[in-house]
Amino acid sequence: MAHAQSHTKRIWNVFWILSAITIVEVAFGIIKPDVLHLTNFLGTSPLNWIFIILTLAKAYGITWAFMHMEEEKKWFRRAVVWTSVFLISYLVALLLIEGGYLFETLSPLVKW
Amino acid sequence: MEANIAVPSDGKNTWNGGGVKPFKASYGKMMMWFFILSDALTFSAFLAAYGLTRFKFIDSWPIADEVFTHVPFIHGVYPMYYVAFMTFVLIFSSVTMVLAVDAGHQMKRNKVAWYMFATIIGGLIFVGSQAWEWNTFINGSYGAVKTSEGKVLQFVKDGEQIAFSDFIVGDRMDARVTHTTKNGLWFESDSEEVPEYSMAQVLASYKADPSVQIRSERMNLDIKQKIILSREKGLEELAKGDLIIQGANLTANEYGNTIFANFFFFITGFHGFHVVSGIAINIIIFFNVLIGTYEKRGHYEMVEKVGLYWHFVDLVWVFVFTFFYLV
Repeated sequence: MAHAQSHTKRIWNVFWILSAITIVEVAFGIIKPDVLHLTNFLGTSPLNWIFIILTLAKAYGITWAFMHMEEEKKWFRRAVVWTSVFLISYLVALLLIEGGYLFETLSPLVKW
Repeated sequence: MEANIAVPSDGKNTWNGGGVKPFKASYGKMMMWFFILSDALTFSAFLAAYGLTRFKFIDSWPIADEVFTHVPFIHGVYPMYYVAFMTFVLIFSSVTMVLAVDAGHQMKRNKVAWYMFATIIGGLIFVGSQAWEWNTFINGSYGAVKTSEGKVLQFVKDGEQIAFSDFIVGDRMDARVTHTTKNGLWFESDSEEVPEYSMAQVLASYKADPSVQIRSERMNLDIKQKIILSREKGLEELAKGDLIIQGANLTANEYGNTIFANFFFFITGFHGFHVVSGIAINIIIFFNVLIGTYEKRGHYEMVEKVGLYWHFVDLVWVFVFTFFYLV
């Protein structure tokens, strides 16, 4: 192994960051401030956007620091990351658009 | 036979299990990454399907805070806390895993073993918590009525959800009990358990207690809360009831939309299966560390590879946590 020096300090730093993010998420999830929860921004509430962004930040921390993605060769990293990011965003975009369409089409037919 | 086997002759075989390292990544590590890539696509397909269904029923989807409200040994309504605990357990076991990898780079066998052990314990706590969560979800806590139109009606008093036992009075009026082989003909038993209360009993108790109201599945999108029906409208809906549901299974659940429980079982179940297999692999590697396999081999790359898988399980949970419990 080329890097024999210990990364313990960095690992714990990342752990504290991930924990802090989780605590913020949980706090928001419990409090749910009306101004973030009941308003609308780009198709969903700002609160949901906060959750999604924090989740992606956590995913970045886990992949880059814990899975050592930052130490991989650039094009190997891109082969994995770009492929997944592109395919997943494509799939999610299509299915969510379709879900919205289904709601608009079917909900008028439901009698409450 | 020999004609069918490619015999490497030039000594330049690329994938010989470790000799040549394209992108400076060994064969095993690279394949672990590509496996994780494909597994990530599988999970995202599930979560995207969940998203589609949720968008389709955006005005009637169950509210997570009203479904996952339990903490072991504590009574009361505490949304989020338990699942936050589970998230921490998994993040922490990820940390011990990466510390094991780090100790492996320095060839410290004892440290690797202890960190692997801690990781396994963390995984077991997580799976145990998941089992508890499932058990609570399956047993349910309030009960509901499903109408012939497929809608789920819950009961509330002063805006708080109440259980059947909180308002039901009188007897069931149809004298039904679950027919088992013990108390009847040995070759006959009910295919399904007869619920504790009957429809007629629920209807009579609702009429008898004017403080009980019915909460429909439908959401008031302005305040993001379920609509509570008036007494008259509630009676009208309840009259259409034909199924008493307590807890959840794949055909009905007391929380609302059937497919909500199906997705819950499927996605958290698939993730839980990954955790279980991760623990199994961790245990194998742990014993290999103990008997000195990697010491002899000269490197701890296997720990690194199983570490990648374990972090991936954590990574998936981060998304499941967000999309099932937070958003």
